[in-house]
Amino acid sequence: MNELQFLTWTRGPGLNIAVGILLLGVLWRLIEIYTLGRKKDLAAPRHAAGASGLHTVFRRSLPPPGMLKRSPVSYIGGYLFHVGLAIIVFLGAPHILLIKNLIGLSWPALPSQFIGLAAVVTMAAMVVVLFDRINKPVKHFLSTFEDWFTWAVTFLPVLTGWMATQHLLLPYTQMLALHILSAEILLVVLPFSKLFHGFTLFGSRWYNGRVNAHKGVPV
Amino acid sequence: MQGPLIDTLARRGISRRTFLKYCATLASMMALPPTAGRAMAEAMAAARRPSVIWLPFQECTGCTESITRSHSPTIEGMIFDMISLDYQETLMAAAGHQAEEARANAMKENAGKYLLIIDGSIPLKMDGAYSCIGGRSNVDLLKEAAAGAAAIVAMGSCASYGGIPKANPNPTGAVSVSDIVKDKPIVNIPGCPPIPAVMTGVLAHYLTFGSLPELDDKGRPKAFYGDTIHDRCYRRPFYDQGKFAKTFDDEGARNGWCLFELGCKGPVTHNACATVKWNGGTSWPVESGHGCLGCSEPDFWDGGSFYKALSTPADPLKFAAAAAVVGAGVGVAVSFANRAKKNAAKTTHETTTLADLEK
Repeated sequence: MNELQFLTWTRGPGLNIAVGILLLGVLWRLIEIYTLGRKKDLAAPRHAAGASGLHTVFRRSLPPPGMLKRSPVSYIGGYLFHVGLAIIVFLGAPHILLIKNLIGLSWPALPSQFIGLAAVVTMAAMVVVLFDRINKPVKHFLSTFEDWFTWAVTFLPVLTGWMATQHLLLPYTQMLALHILSAEILLVVLPFSKLFHGFTLFGSRWYNGRVNAHKGVPV
Repeated sequence: MQGPLIDTLARRGISRRTFLKYCATLASMMALPPTAGRAMAEAMAAARRPSVIWLPFQECTGCTESITRSHSPTIEGMIFDMISLDYQETLMAAAGHQAEEARANAMKENAGKYLLIIDGSIPLKMDGAYSCIGGRSNVDLLKEAAAGAAAIVAMGSCASYGGIPKANPNPTGAVSVSDIVKDKPIVNIPGCPPIPAVMTGVLAHYLTFGSLPELDDKGRPKAFYGDTIHDRCYRRPFYDQGKFAKTFDDEGARNGWCLFELGCKGPVTHNACATVKWNGGTSWPVESGHGCLGCSEPDFWDGGSFYKALSTPADPLKFAAAAAVVGAGVGVAVSFANRAKKNAAKTTHETTTLADLEK
């Protein structure tokens, strides 16, 4: 298999398989989670200002008082790489084109140099967050294989995409194929790992906020 | 036309100065040091015409058209004329047994010294019966001619990589020259067709240095195939700015914006079209408003649609709908299983009373 065949495979059958597994996994897990149900809370609801599902959805994006100072790396690094990933995935021209091709929606792109900068910032933030996880004994202790694995699976598409556009290490064709392959691995892993938070994040925040609002506690 | 090349050129009205300029251009095009231009001029001027045998196999004659027709009035055409082209079916006057005799004689007289040019792929299925010359299969002719060749030039994508005949499902079992010949230096000059200046550049290098130019991992001269079309494209700034033509007749297309979204394969195609251009430097595909097809890359024909951007699926998604249905089905089934488990737990649940605890 030469590199063009490899690229064509990743753009054809590879993408087919990856998107198929992603859709299968996402629908399976979302339906399973949302049909689980909970016992009805028979206690009378209490009312408190700011206690609701919607409030919690937003509040959980902000560090609780004092936490930013206690673990700045987690918060700042976390913000940086999440925002960076969103910029790269949703505002890079080739990515928008892929989305348009898959679901028909499109919007204006950012210049490629800006996307390149976002990739560098994202990778730097991710590396810092990784070192923090290695260096802080508690974080290290709490980390499982899944944490290291999902970090790598998220980091590789950014690295290979950036290296492809910068013409580093391998010819563009090979790097582009590796980039698409690594993104496909991410799609396959996503529904069955903690990366699924991309889909469950707001639902679970809403749920927690709703339960606490019933008890009259804004969290 | 015997004797040194410079004399022949002089007879044709080409001045020494023009010839030197041509050599300097060729040298710089091939990224050779400035002194190489002079060395090239001296070597080429003194060169006796080397014997060249050009064998056409499973091909469309587009490579020959490219070399001869578009460049015949230029100096490249002259240089090309100056080699001793002892066998070229399309160009030679002889036919039939006479032609075959010319080939046999050239091979015998210049054994071990001639340059063999191949265009077209070599079919292997049915013992090579898909393409025969004078009753002999291409593979047979190639093996015979390659044995006495000093070097082989695979002209065009078919000879270099199998090209269109090798495209899926490859009915004739087409292969490239390098799939068959393993013991001779081979230089691939892919393209459908290849650029004439690349051909003459390689020949000039061979005449000057007595060796083939530096090749990349696909056997192509690095000097011409070192960069991608995209990297040298004059429309590249539009790509970087995110300005794309969306259709072939929209505002973007009229403004000459990047053709990436219309399926241009420039980013993955190594060739010199963007710098050397075509038809004596007149234009080239992207300049004329059409994206690159990637014709100088192996298996370009099977690389998905020419009009689909590289970052989009090569084929429409096949399993997406089925996978969504299966996923939803599994989700529903699992949720029923969970409900059943909960209900079973509920029915088997025994109420604990205060009396039970005090037992």
